[in-house]
Amino acid sequence: MQALTPDPRTPARPIALVNARLIDPASGLDALGGALIADGIVADLGPHIAAGAAGDAEIVDCGGRVLAPGLVDMMVFAGEPGHEHRETLATASRAAAAGGVTTIVCMPDTEPVIDDVALVDFIRRRARDTALVNVHPMAAMTKGLMGEEMAEIGLLRDAGAIAFGNGKTSLASAKVMRNVLAYAKDFGALIVHHLEDPTLAKDGVMNEGEVATRLGLRGIPSAAETIILERDIRLVELTGGRYHAGQISCRASLNIVRAAKQRGLPVTCGVSINHLTLNENDIGPYRTFFKMKPPLRSEDDRRAMVEGVASGDIDVIVSAHDPRGAEGKRRPFAEAADGAAGLETLLGAALRLYHNGDVALPRLLQALTANPARLLGLESGRLARGAPADLVLIDLDTPWVVEPERLCSKSKNTPFDSARLQGRALLTLVAGRLVYIYAAEPGR
Amino acid sequence: MSIAAEAPTVSFSHRHLLGIEGLSRGEIVALLDLSEEAAKLSRQVAKKRDDLRGRTLINLFFEASTRTQSSFELAGKRLGADVMNMSIPTSSVQKGETLIDTAVTLNAMRPDILVVRHHAAGAVELLAQKVDCSVINAGDGSHEHPTQALLDALTIRRHKGRIEGLIVAICGDILHSRVARSNILLLNALGARVRVIAPSTLLASGIERLGVEVYTSMWEGLADADIVMMLRLQRERMTSSLVPSQREYFHFFGLDYEKLARAKPDALVMHPGPMNRGVEIDSNVADDARSVIREQVEMGVAVRVAVLQALARHLPNQ
Repeated sequence: MQALTPDPRTPARPIALVNARLIDPASGLDALGGALIADGIVADLGPHIAAGAAGDAEIVDCGGRVLAPGLVDMMVFAGEPGHEHRETLATASRAAAAGGVTTIVCMPDTEPVIDDVALVDFIRRRARDTALVNVHPMAAMTKGLMGEEMAEIGLLRDAGAIAFGNGKTSLASAKVMRNVLAYAKDFGALIVHHLEDPTLAKDGVMNEGEVATRLGLRGIPSAAETIILERDIRLVELTGGRYHAGQISCRASLNIVRAAKQRGLPVTCGVSINHLTLNENDIGPYRTFFKMKPPLRSEDDRRAMVEGVASGDIDVIVSAHDPRGAEGKRRPFAEAADGAAGLETLLGAALRLYHNGDVALPRLLQALTANPARLLGLESGRLARGAPADLVLIDLDTPWVVEPERLCSKSKNTPFDSARLQGRALLTLVAGRLVYIYAAEPGR
Repeated sequence: MSIAAEAPTVSFSHRHLLGIEGLSRGEIVALLDLSEEAAKLSRQVAKKRDDLRGRTLINLFFEASTRTQSSFELAGKRLGADVMNMSIPTSSVQKGETLIDTAVTLNAMRPDILVVRHHAAGAVELLAQKVDCSVINAGDGSHEHPTQALLDALTIRRHKGRIEGLIVAICGDILHSRVARSNILLLNALGARVRVIAPSTLLASGIERLGVEVYTSMWEGLADADIVMMLRLQRERMTSSLVPSQREYFHFFGLDYEKLARAKPDALVMHPGPMNRGVEIDSNVADDARSVIREQVEMGVAVRVAVLQALARHLPNQ
């Protein structure tokens, strides 16, 4: 293991990862064995891949740890282009690699907005030249994210836009939303929507309720989310478009999604790691690192999110990685920027749900790998013969403390500052290349 | 007069006064006792003391204020401090220097006490984390206004002799009011029965969890009240569709003699000011014998003297 270097420039060499607990959520595989990596793919897989039976491949003894598909994160706000001081694709990708994330979808809320073929092309080229992991741009579904004119969904998709969203705003116009869903359907394009009624959420800075009242802060009611969600589902019914609620945050939304699925509608949803592991009380004395959209909700809502992942009604867990500098966060709460960094802590924080006994490991990994890959139409997210060798070796038990200054992300706005997490990525491979090795104590 | 009465023992050991939340019942009572002494001092010809001699007090007001700022200024001067007033009117979207930059700049001038009002909840606490001096919250957004609650309690106690067991009705724009929040916390700590009365659009979500009885009708909420505390209604509440009109608001929630008749005959009428006569309070009621609004202003100076004295004991001497 020590012989390997995390240098993406060295040509990929055959690697045999042996003595691993192979977990493939897509097929239900959970067994001891090994994986042979060659030419960027999983060339072979199974109990027969073992030390002494792997030909000339470099042997990596996994010591019984979990070998799983690399994480696929559907919601990353990289700062490039326009806010490179917060995060570039390069730094976001290093953070991703350190967190066991092998594919990120970067959101269109950049400057300029990713609403043009040239910008999709720019992101893909920058990612190819600078990023350690796979980067797929999500494009704006309306020009400039203004919610008025439809973007060139067909051309953008052909250029490589993996899905379409409206950034951190909900489309106010039901008519535009209807047209986008109907038009996108012809291209099989996935619409990922943010759920927040702009008039109801106006002036709100956190969850509405007792905690906000005590802090003297304006609240955002859950209805701001459910109103848009209910409306969108009616429009999915009308159009048949593929719809994914980017992040839900409250029990009522979970019930709405569940009902829509039972009616057989092409509706899926995601939840951020923050809404699975934190609640409004964590804001405490106006801690702005806990300010985000949707806002952290009540403990009952958090429980509902966990139940939703466990039952499979919530399809996807995202980091909602949103790097913010001190200029945005060192402010009075109401004036501070929304958003939390999350790529490097996504896996460790998610494993809390496994350690607590709330969600079984395969189910948890499914929401982090196979499900988002399937929604996005990616080959990855699987640990199977012929699949891309985008893999992560996970130690479920390694305890570690989140130290912001040691995070790879340019911005240190993590709500898990000083949190103790259990379990993390030890090795991350993208297309068979080693892009990350965990060093418990660097310099030692 | 005994020595003890001259200098009541104050069990107040905080460096800052950021809110009523976090104060114990004993600390509140101690501050009220000290304020009582300061009220006597204010009525003497010789009002000067030297608790803050050589000290610098800066009034840092990001939001306009007349009575709070001037009473802190007066209180500081009575205690012998050098007082500087800084008014920094800002829009809610700040451009240029951030609050923290301002705090660091002021801190470098080595003040001993900062009195701060800011339009954002939590801003005074944030500032207190970044400076070395004592900080007093003179109002932060819709969060807290601790010296207002103290002066209200002092006024009530001087008239009723107690707080415990009194029915206090706080009426009006509860949603936006820092005065309401600080008063709810303080009056509950001292054992009053607190009611809030407002239309549902001006009630904060979950307010009942703060230990108050909630009413949407003045006729019901004022029944047998000992204290009627009115809150200011800002005109922009009409344009943001929280209440339909000034006259409708006055009809249902403005304090007139008819509604006041529901309260106890010796009920006190209070208002933190500035008043909108004819909006939340009838002009004659405001000037009625039961109104203690002017006395609240007097007690405001006394409370601020007392708070400064209490904090002065913990200022570093090096």
